[in-house]
Amino acid sequence: MLEIKNLSIAIDGKEILHNINLRIENGKVVILFGPNGSGKTSLLMAIIGLGNYKITSGKIIFKDRDITNLPTHERIKLGIGVMFQRPPTIKGVNIRDIAKFLGNYNEEEFRSLAKLLKVEHLLERSINMGFSGGEIKRTELLQLLLQKPDLSLIDEPESGVDVENINLVGEAIKKLLEKTYTAYSNNLPMKDHHKKRKSSGLIITHTGLILEHIPADEGLVLVEGKIVCKGNPYEIFDTVKNKGFNECLKCAIMK
Amino acid sequence: MSKMRNNEVVEKKDIDLSQYKVEKVPEYISEVDIKKLPEVEKSILLHAGVDLENDKADTFLMKNQTVVHKATRQSGVELLDTNEALAKYPELKKLHWKLIDPNTDKYTKFVYDNPESGYFIRVKKGTKAIFPIQSCLFLETPSVVQNVHNLIILEENSSVEILTGCTSKELGKDGGAHLGITEIYIGKNASLTYSMVHNWHESVRVRSRTAIYVEENGTFISNYVLLKKVKDIQMNPIAYLKGRAARARFNSILLSYPGSFIDVGSRVVLDAPDTSSEIISRVVNKGGKVIARGLISGNVSGVKGHLECQGLILEDGGEIYTIPQLNGLSPDIMLSHEAAVGKIAREEVEYLMARGINETDAVGLIIRGFLYEGLENFPNVLKQEIDRISDELGAKGY
Ligand SMILES: Nc1ncnc2c1ncn2[C@@H]1O[C@H](COP(=O)(O)OP(=O)(O)OP(=O)(O)O)[C@@H](O)[C@H]1O
Ligand SMILES: [Mg+2]
Repeated sequence: MLEIKNLSIAIDGKEILHNINLRIENGKVVILFGPNGSGKTSLLMAIIGLGNYKITSGKIIFKDRDITNLPTHERIKLGIGVMFQRPPTIKGVNIRDIAKFLGNYNEEEFRSLAKLLKVEHLLERSINMGFSGGEIKRTELLQLLLQKPDLSLIDEPESGVDVENINLVGEAIKKLLEKTYTAYSNNLPMKDHHKKRKSSGLIITHTGLILEHIPADEGLVLVEGKIVCKGNPYEIFDTVKNKGFNECLKCAIMK
Repeated sequence: MSKMRNNEVVEKKDIDLSQYKVEKVPEYISEVDIKKLPEVEKSILLHAGVDLENDKADTFLMKNQTVVHKATRQSGVELLDTNEALAKYPELKKLHWKLIDPNTDKYTKFVYDNPESGYFIRVKKGTKAIFPIQSCLFLETPSVVQNVHNLIILEENSSVEILTGCTSKELGKDGGAHLGITEIYIGKNASLTYSMVHNWHESVRVRSRTAIYVEENGTFISNYVLLKKVKDIQMNPIAYLKGRAARARFNSILLSYPGSFIDVGSRVVLDAPDTSSEIISRVVNKGGKVIARGLISGNVSGVKGHLECQGLILEDGGEIYTIPQLNGLSPDIMLSHEAAVGKIAREEVEYLMARGINETDAVGLIIRGFLYEGLENFPNVLKQEIDRISDELGAKGY
């Protein structure tokens, strides 16, 4: 699905991501760990090609196509979706205005998703204007569920979300990544559902809470702009939780 | 504010009126079938919000100085040529040239001293007009000055929506001038929604003088839209809220292009207890100079007013001055203002692009959002044209 080769990224002339290599296979979910300021969000923004993030070397391949120099919206059209950590407020533009561009869904689906995510009261408001932390996450997910991307880049889905809402967010991401067996299987046997499913995810988390909802396939640790570890996400999370990121640096299997 | 800056702000563009021809107002006019007007003209009018095919509106059409069509099918609503009305009802002299002093400035005086023409609208006591009245002031010949004088009277407990579309043909480099006087009287409990689109050719120069008198519990709502490039325009309507609990709201949308000089404001005098007003304006500047004024004067206690002006500069070289003024002449009044001028945030454009929206559409969406946010109940006929132009502005990049 996605392959990143030797990617380095600079902001304002300063390199913040160094020689990143990463692969996400069809249908797989990769978790990205790393301390504050290590460059996790920057990596996501570089994948979708936002202007501040200048590629100084390397390549981004999506669905066998080199997208390194494509404008953002064209990358999105190829099947990438992003859930922003801190999306901007846009005055006078509401979710419905944006949804019109998101593609294939009908009004009924729109309403039932809005209901599921408990964002019905936000549909006509200026997007993100005065939204609570949880409301921002839920409206971001509504947009992604309407967009139905093949690769979802999800930045801290659980930060600022209360215990009750985390279940909701977890369910929504599960649906997005086609991990909700009954919803997507069409009564296919599980083995066929696996084969058919291609939705992939790259999820950034600090709390690890999302791991309780989504079966993840791989974990990566990013420290100071470098990927220092790759492995079982549950094991990595456990290590970080108990011993901190320093333990990953000591291990540094990627050296 | 320094003195020099102040002088710059009040800069006025003078118009030498001697360069324009004054047309006579004909004595007798045969009615034109507006549905049979050439398609080109219909389309020009449509862009100014006036739909001649619309059977759900009463229509008034004036070309240069000549009223060519006026028809109302609504009982309790009168729609006449101002000159005709003055001849028919001599008592109107008590209202004509009373809210606006002919000596206000040379443009007002020019209209006073020369033949003038315009619409007279009266809504009778208790009449709630079902259909809106659309009136079009059309400048069709180069080098002509159009002297307009409109008179609107809403009697007690009446209401109506009036849409005025001011527009012109391609007038070449000679251009034309539009001098407009409008006097509006709103009686007790009456309500007027007064929408106006200015969609001029880029060689046209405009001076518009409007005054509104509002009695007890009356409502005046103005929606003003300046969509296309204009050479220069200066207007600053004033509403006098004279009766208890009278309200006025001015919504303005101004688009400015390179070479335009726009000096547009709204003024409200809160002259009776419990009166209130809001002045909201949005300026999108793609070039040219815009002065956006607002003045609310609170003369008695217990009145409320809010003034808000926001500007968006799309290109370097465009200028927006906002001049919000609040005049508190009594304790116990609530007046506030907000003004902000900025650029489109790159971050907002990119957020929309991250939803698969191309840059053009993203900028269009942001401009539209900027224009409508906070403008309550903006008429749909005006929105269509604004939407179209927002998309165009997005397409031309930012
Ligand atoms: N637009 C920007 N301009 C300048 N510096 C930036 C910009 N974006 C990111 N940075 C810097 O790049 C580094 C990485 O930031 P990034 O947001 O990618 O970290 P993160 O791993 O997502 O952190 P967190 O866990 O706190 O969200 C930080 O030092 C940050 O200050
Ligand atoms: Mg981050």
